[in-house]
Amino acid sequence: MGEVTAVGTGWVPLAAAVLLATTAVTATADGALLGRPDRPWAEAARLLRQQRRTTLAADTLLGRGAVLLAPVVALLMVAVVPLGTWTVADLGVGVVWFNALDVVLWAVFWLAGWGANSALALVGAYRFLAQALAYELPLMFALAAPAVAAQSLRLGDVVAAQQGLWFVVWMPAAFAVYCTGVLGFTARGPFAAPVSADVAGGLAAELSGVDRLLLAGGRWLLLVAGAAFGVTAFLGGGGGPLLPGWLWVLVKTVLLSLVLAAVARRLPLWRADRFTEVGWLVLLPVALLQLLVVAVVEVL
Amino acid sequence: MSVLSGIVFWVLGALAVGTGVAVFRVDSMARASYALAVSFAAVGLALLLVDLEFVGVVTVLMMTMEMAVMAVFMVMFMGMNPALMPMSMTHGTRTPAVLAVGCFLLLGSGSVLVPWPTREGSPAADPTASLGLALMESKMLVMLTVSAVLFATVVAALCLAAARTRYDRFGDDLRSRPVDPIRGGVGR
Repeated sequence: MGEVTAVGTGWVPLAAAVLLATTAVTATADGALLGRPDRPWAEAARLLRQQRRTTLAADTLLGRGAVLLAPVVALLMVAVVPLGTWTVADLGVGVVWFNALDVVLWAVFWLAGWGANSALALVGAYRFLAQALAYELPLMFALAAPAVAAQSLRLGDVVAAQQGLWFVVWMPAAFAVYCTGVLGFTARGPFAAPVSADVAGGLAAELSGVDRLLLAGGRWLLLVAGAAFGVTAFLGGGGGPLLPGWLWVLVKTVLLSLVLAAVARRLPLWRADRFTEVGWLVLLPVALLQLLVVAVVEVL
Repeated sequence: MSVLSGIVFWVLGALAVGTGVAVFRVDSMARASYALAVSFAAVGLALLLVDLEFVGVVTVLMMTMEMAVMAVFMVMFMGMNPALMPMSMTHGTRTPAVLAVGCFLLLGSGSVLVPWPTREGSPAADPTASLGLALMESKMLVMLTVSAVLFATVVAALCLAAARTRYDRFGDDLRSRPVDPIRGGVGR
């Protein structure tokens, strides 16, 4: 696989189309695993027809702005991910770019809960921040591991460095912590406390119609964007036999998203305050040790 | 600087100043916090124009995170929760306005009137790498001192702010099992 070519911002619509199509395939396949392949489509159609509810003294600007930002963040994340030999922007600091965007999600989820001026939605919003404070640092150090091994923050270099051996093979702990982070920033599975039923849907409690669709769909897009980045950073990007690079990226992305969604469904919900201790006392040292191993291997 | 980057610079500059003003004009803590976040993010993105990619993106990262944490603290520590109600973002208006205008005139006139030295040498090929070298070589002592002081401040602030510290949790004998309303996630 050769050098990565930046195709420029004119191709952003195509990147958005690819992201949407990949997410549609993933969501349909995930529905099929549950015996209802039409479920995401039916839900989207229902929400599109639903009338928007409003609450008293809602902060519409921040609330609606936040849900609109969720899919935009997903698109900006994949803008630096190489699809085979093409990428929208070949940013020299692609890893940090992704990291900055997953921090923007703190704002997205908190503001989505804040906007409705509803107590339960705000409880959900603060649950997200509590979890985020615990998963973000391990995630950052997990992201640093492939960058250290590739000696570059550019995603093209990270892919090139995995031509011999995928990073997941010798940094499995970083990959596991990274996947935990993806479930965290999409508020899924064990990290679904911000949107769980015990607070009537949490930060999404008052969302309806298009707003709800944007947040729910945005969380799917973010899962796929997170998987696409994980494929690039740990699973060799477009590397693979027979098929062209871009197809391998898409296939691996769909598979990783499906595995993440399926694993998330099988895990019990974690209380936000209990996960905090796990994040700081288990995930963070694990990520740091992994980084130490990678750094020592690189120096030797 | 090309025309396009000139336009981008002025748009980002106007956005940074505009949202900076909005911080004091809006009547909600959430809007003020995130207006400030947008202002900082615009500054961070403007740094991309001078090829400081790493510093620019990290500025956006840190400032978004900071404002999110500020949203936690403002609701935690503001008595009677005015943070959740519409409120004025200014305390006293005349003195700060006089001070702000005075400072602006002082610094602004300084930056205009001072004879600036002409550039000697050329910028490094990779500014991020030279920033890293500066932090890790010549300025290492400063960074080490600053990080220790910052860390001590964080720990001290937490000790002062925490409602339950170790003597509340363990009683007099710190080796006993803690009494917590909810046990932590790692089984303690």
